[in-house]
Amino acid sequence: METKEVSRRNFLRVTGIAGTALCLGFYFPANAKQEELVTASGAADSEIEMNAWIRIDANGKVTLTDHRAEMGQGSYQSVPQIIAEELEVDLKDINVVFAQGDQAKYGSQITGGSSTIRGIYKKLLKLSATAREMLITAAATKWNVPGGECYAESGHVIHKPSGKKFNYGELVAVASKLPAPKEVKLKKISEYKLIRKPLQKLDTPLKTNGGAIFGLDKKLPGMLYAVVERNPRQRGKVKSFSDAAALKVPGVKHVFKVQMKVFNTIREGVAVVADSTWAAMQGRKVLHVEWDDSGFEHVNSADLFKRQEELLRKEEGLFAKKQGDPDKAIEQAAKKIDVIYQTPYQAHSAMEPLNCVAYYQSDKVEVWGPIQAPDWVQGGISTEFKIPKEKIIVNMTFLGGGFGRKAFLDYPLEAVTISKEIGKPVQVVWTREDDMTQGPFRAGISYRGQGAIENGEISALKFKMAGQNIDHWNSPKRDHANGSTTEGFLNPYFESIKNISFADVPFEMPLPNMWWRSVYASTNGFAYESFMNEMAVLAGQDQLDFRRRYLKDERCQRLIDKMEEVSGWKSRKKGDGFGVAITECFTSTVGQVVKVSRRADGKVKIDHVWAVMDCGWYVNPDIISAQVEGSIVMALGAATTHEITFKDGLTEQQNFYNYQMPRMSDMPLVEVHVMDNDADAGGVGEPGLPPFSPALTDAIFDLTGKRIRKLPFDMNAV
Amino acid sequence: MITLNVNGQRHNVDADPNMPLLWAIRDILGLTGTKYGCGAAQCGACTVHLNGEAVRSCVTKVSRAAGQQIVTIEGLSVANDHPLQLAWNELNVPQCGYCQSGQLMSAAVLLRENPNPTDQDIDDAMSGNICRCGTYQRVRAAIHKAAAMQREGAKI
Ligand code: FES
Ligand code: FES
Repeated sequence: METKEVSRRNFLRVTGIAGTALCLGFYFPANAKQEELVTASGAADSEIEMNAWIRIDANGKVTLTDHRAEMGQGSYQSVPQIIAEELEVDLKDINVVFAQGDQAKYGSQITGGSSTIRGIYKKLLKLSATAREMLITAAATKWNVPGGECYAESGHVIHKPSGKKFNYGELVAVASKLPAPKEVKLKKISEYKLIRKPLQKLDTPLKTNGGAIFGLDKKLPGMLYAVVERNPRQRGKVKSFSDAAALKVPGVKHVFKVQMKVFNTIREGVAVVADSTWAAMQGRKVLHVEWDDSGFEHVNSADLFKRQEELLRKEEGLFAKKQGDPDKAIEQAAKKIDVIYQTPYQAHSAMEPLNCVAYYQSDKVEVWGPIQAPDWVQGGISTEFKIPKEKIIVNMTFLGGGFGRKAFLDYPLEAVTISKEIGKPVQVVWTREDDMTQGPFRAGISYRGQGAIENGEISALKFKMAGQNIDHWNSPKRDHANGSTTEGFLNPYFESIKNISFADVPFEMPLPNMWWRSVYASTNGFAYESFMNEMAVLAGQDQLDFRRRYLKDERCQRLIDKMEEVSGWKSRKKGDGFGVAITECFTSTVGQVVKVSRRADGKVKIDHVWAVMDCGWYVNPDIISAQVEGSIVMALGAATTHEITFKDGLTEQQNFYNYQMPRMSDMPLVEVHVMDNDADAGGVGEPGLPPFSPALTDAIFDLTGKRIRKLPFDMNAV
Repeated sequence: MITLNVNGQRHNVDADPNMPLLWAIRDILGLTGTKYGCGAAQCGACTVHLNGEAVRSCVTKVSRAAGQQIVTIEGLSVANDHPLQLAWNELNVPQCGYCQSGQLMSAAVLLRENPNPTDQDIDDAMSGNICRCGTYQRVRAAIHKAAAMQREGAKI
């Protein structure tokens, strides 16, 4: 390729490299704060690695590269919806392809922290509007008319006075040689035709006819299948194994030991490779492995929670936040409470168990799988196998759920290890049991809440948490509080409550743990918001009125108005079974009102859940509703039907028969409302989860007078 | 050799007779719309029709399916236009989509046997299908919608 000396800021060169397509993307300079918008010709001139985010070809077809994973949260829909709006094309004319993992090209690709839209929407709007303006300019040039007489609509540029039109495809040859305009005008929210509309999702047809390719559906010619018997205590070693019986199973080709780095520990196991998934599973059944499980504690859940509780009573912990003097205020108060909340360990249990296809070749490594963080996987393979990143291709398939687990590197790295050993492409399949028993899990955390009421007002709040920290696997020594100790707790509280503190009591266990949908907010939210409800009772006040006094921020006030309005909160009577909670995470705030009642057979059932989401600027209200509905089901399961427990270091749950999921018949009526405002976009995939369990237990308290402080609990027993 | 009739096509497969139908369909025939979720008849992701009945292919041996009529999600309709598929599309039912083949195959049997199901009928018929993404409310609504479309004479 011919190159010229050009300034990196100058993307306006003309070259033939773009051919007859208009490509626009961003360039992520390694040390710049702001990514820069580039056109293909500009990128070629300055030797920039560009991500072709949008490509319009000579037929007018628009191809959009989705840099994030699609795991049910809807990026496959919401990213095109943003682009179609400013680009003025029909959604059906956009073709979506998944990007490969490459941080240099795409910036961070981790689908986590509910960040897909909030991280990029402003840039996508600008990118699309830029492409539109370039197409308009190209048309005006061809017609030799002023650009102001032309406008874009439905993939065409139209000359208003004459009614002449070009479709985009006819314009790309000229447009691709134009400089990108520096400033473009973006639409106002009131001008949106697609954004904020509950449009049908583009990927539904593929997901109703078996057409969507998930990780497990990826097949390569000559590919073998592997399953791995991993140490059931996760961090034990393989002492010895015998492969004789396994190798006799028809179809089994190889049996060997594999080691896999999991954070800073090594997970060991024995891989069985065969010509079908079933044969590999049969071989594994007759494998005999002796484990060495010395050198670490074999955990029992009951002890674990007892220890957390003792720590919370004995130790002050490391302060994450402290203002005023809560201890003194509590000591002096006449009305106070001191309670413990407990939340369990949980497995992610995405419907698609972990799996990955890898092909290690001498000159390159390629993987395909349900991967939430393709750029991390690329980096991880590069580090572990000492291969330059350019030789590593990471392909994302559709993900059959992720919830955080599929942002972890162990399963792709393991697949590469196995492919390297056998010199062939391989698909490593985790059985449901592997997926459920191996972790990393959401950590079970205990909380202590102490609070005092003086003259009907909160005079002090003091929270402590004791549980494994996600970071702990990287740096086992804890000398500072978990940075997420206050996650889920609404910020405006800090402005109105004078004496308040949050502390983290270090607690170590040899159990692998990591983030799970909504991360710490998923457990913090239960403790902190349950406590707010208990404080309201102590103060003799209505839970929402009580919150209003401390959440003075205008957005919170409007959210509470909406919660009251949609749920009929004010007309309820005491004992009707209403409960409430509000939490914040990933810059979105969600309030939920839950209503329960007792059925004729004496059992308590959930009648209705009203959820109000304030996520600022948003794309598709129906996707938000779906995410909140799903979050509520996930929270319902974690609160009432499943938990991971350990006995003698072994995970006690293996499959859905002892890790029960909510079913259709458990599904309450969920109604989701989205607040309209144009503040910066917040996340939508996770923030709907944390408020559900405290609102549910509050509703049960309203109905029965019993306060539930330990999750999970049995709905049939309340 | 075992003969499998899948979606109206005959295949002779060389498989261990104990191999679950699921793996034969996926690994040997390459029809990957039928999903593995639990392998233990717990989740319904692997649901297919065997002579018109919904069965869990993860616990159905190929030998039992030999010579029988098998329909997988790929064969539910020719043009993705079964009333359930249309309703699924209209109500944006799938999230990750992984469980949805199984949901649709279970729902198809329900709708054939009970063209006018109540919420309770739907709960009963669908409680064998787990959706970790929590699409239940929409699955239920879409089954009602498909039932209405079917009554109004949409082609099946
Ligand atoms: S995979 Fe067959 S029921 Fe779950
Ligand atoms: S749509 Fe994801 S499991 Fe059902």
